[in-house]
Amino acid sequence: MTEKFDAIVVGAGMAGNAAALTMAKRGLKVLQLERGEYPGSKNVQGAILYANAVEKLIPEFREDAPLERHLVEQRFWMMDDASHTGLHYRSEDFNEERPNRYTIIRSQFDRWFSRHVQEAGALVLCETTVLELLKDTKGRVIGVRTDRRDGDVFADVVVLAEGVNGLLGTRAGLRERPARENVALAVKEMHFLPRETIEARFNLKGDEGAVIEAAGTISRGMAGMGFIYTNRESISIGIGCIVSDLAKTGHAPYELLEAFKRHPSVAPLIEGSEVKEYAAHLIPEGGYKAIPQLFGDGWLVAGDAAQLNNAIHREGSNLALASGQMAGEAVAELKGRGLEPTAKNLEIYKTRLVDSYVMQDLKKYKDMPALLHASSQNFFLTYPQLVSKAMQNFLRVDGTPKVEKEKRTLRSVFAARSITGLLGDAVRMARAWR
Amino acid sequence: MHIVVCIKQVPDSAQIRVHPVTNTIMRQGVPTIINPYDLFAVEEALRLRDQHGGAVTILTMGPPMAEESLRKAMTFGADRAVLLTDRFFAGSDTLATSYALASAIAKIGETFEPVDIVFTGKQTIDGDTAQVGPGIAKRLGLAQLTYVSRVAALDLAGGTIEVDRRAEGGVQALRTKLPCLITMLEGTNDIRRGSLPDALRAARAEIVVWSAEDAGIPDVAKCGLRGSPTVVKRVFAPSARAEKAAMVEPDGAATADALIDAMFTQRPRLEADLATLVRGF
Repeated sequence: MTEKFDAIVVGAGMAGNAAALTMAKRGLKVLQLERGEYPGSKNVQGAILYANAVEKLIPEFREDAPLERHLVEQRFWMMDDASHTGLHYRSEDFNEERPNRYTIIRSQFDRWFSRHVQEAGALVLCETTVLELLKDTKGRVIGVRTDRRDGDVFADVVVLAEGVNGLLGTRAGLRERPARENVALAVKEMHFLPRETIEARFNLKGDEGAVIEAAGTISRGMAGMGFIYTNRESISIGIGCIVSDLAKTGHAPYELLEAFKRHPSVAPLIEGSEVKEYAAHLIPEGGYKAIPQLFGDGWLVAGDAAQLNNAIHREGSNLALASGQMAGEAVAELKGRGLEPTAKNLEIYKTRLVDSYVMQDLKKYKDMPALLHASSQNFFLTYPQLVSKAMQNFLRVDGTPKVEKEKRTLRSVFAARSITGLLGDAVRMARAWR
Repeated sequence: MHIVVCIKQVPDSAQIRVHPVTNTIMRQGVPTIINPYDLFAVEEALRLRDQHGGAVTILTMGPPMAEESLRKAMTFGADRAVLLTDRFFAGSDTLATSYALASAIAKIGETFEPVDIVFTGKQTIDGDTAQVGPGIAKRLGLAQLTYVSRVAALDLAGGTIEVDRRAEGGVQALRTKLPCLITMLEGTNDIRRGSLPDALRAARAEIVVWSAEDAGIPDVAKCGLRGSPTVVKRVFAPSARAEKAAMVEPDGAATADALIDAMFTQRPRLEADLATLVRGF
């Protein structure tokens, strides 16, 4: 087998599809390899799609992409065991002609996406697992070895969009394996309900959707979050925590999810539903500091495999789309200029990332993951409990003078955390946010 | 040698969902697969080709999206694929389907090379009738070998084939003349994993797409809904039954006595019915 392609893309998720589409549109001879039965069959996400990143690839995607609901409302919940304190934002502005965010079901969306990739001329092979990267004597990546008979295939450049684990890159010695502190394990379930029930419970009409992001005692003091997303006829509900925390505490993710579902603020939302699917996946949470080497002689890495995920804003699919597109553009540009995809020349990929929101956002929050992780007991356990106590104290009418109530609230705060501790967390948080 | 394998794209019945509210089958989002029984036919055809030379043509009738299944069958190493698609075919039952497929197989024989063997799966998982294979054989006048578990010998020069066929209470060893039609029994082989060159060839292959006219179908009135006397009156999911159950602690012969007592108490007619039955012998 001596066939050679301009580029091989490993993986048919957001990043891989974006890269393959971009290169195929520019006339490159592209082979995309996916281990799943079809594109999307192995892909797991919450899932929220950010229109901006898709529009740059397929401007008219709204016409036929399988979208669930456009989001008009976001709720942030700080939870203790019996309560939640919420910040809700809902705006009619989100009911626009070209909505900004959608819920999607990845197995459907990715198949649709792949059709565009194939129509653009890329060759897509599913049920084909890449086992290792092939290198020449100088260490330059020249192709891949698949699990099929006569399975070697060659290309000028390999785009690694293989997902969060980065097995191929690690195996080829191009990068370290993601550290346990830098990945979260998330579990989710799909709960089916009639659409009218979902719309009544979440105060929605038509294709409007709502999102709940929740943090607090549900993660048992670990750095983690829960989420509830509305689809057309189902609700995605899940929770994720940092893997090293799960290992240390021995909490099982499904137990956390069961407790989250039983929480009095959550249970009525999913009552009477039928669980039809469940899934688990790793999420890159290490941010800027966990980003591995992004390119080398004959290879690039994009999306989750490059750990490009904004844990603070819960943005990942858009960073995967953007990085995949930039990887594709970089390869196409070199090809157009007749340049070899050496490490030196592929630096233009990183330049593109650095000049965009992808790297700038991750850099802005570069200290956040470590701060939240190190102080997770305070941020996810102590403070949510204090906020709940304060709210209850503020709202409960029992004949106590308000001055005394405020004193009680302050006393409970200082009993839980020293003033230097509080100030320290505030300063560290402000710095990390800056 | 030229073998035609008929396959069908079907909804993956393992993943069909019943709508929790309306109790109807939710087709949307249900993945489609090659009818699992057909894979045994595909593999057997490929083995015969590998041993005796020749070509394997995969044939399906269905909507344009059935091309996916053909392409997948080609990754196993088939040589060409024909998609029979036309609005005239919509709503076909087994009578209309076997008519269209038989016409297409005849056309395949004229267009490419004469057909020696037609393979189908035992039945499909969505219709479960096992009628289309025999229907094709009858229309084309082919020797009909159903529920075949093994192709024992193939003599191309002599134009004969020997197969083992599952029959009630045993195995029939049959010899017949070519051309013939074989419906392949499940569990008789394992579908191969195609090589990377096969997979690449499949991804690039031009699928032959034929309309009713292209396939030389003489009478479209015999196709689709018009040509189908079968009527599906209603599709429904069985509702869950809640039968009262009693827990019984095992206590030797006393338990058996109690159970028999309970049976005769709950079904007062049982004793009389049994007596009638015994008299009948």
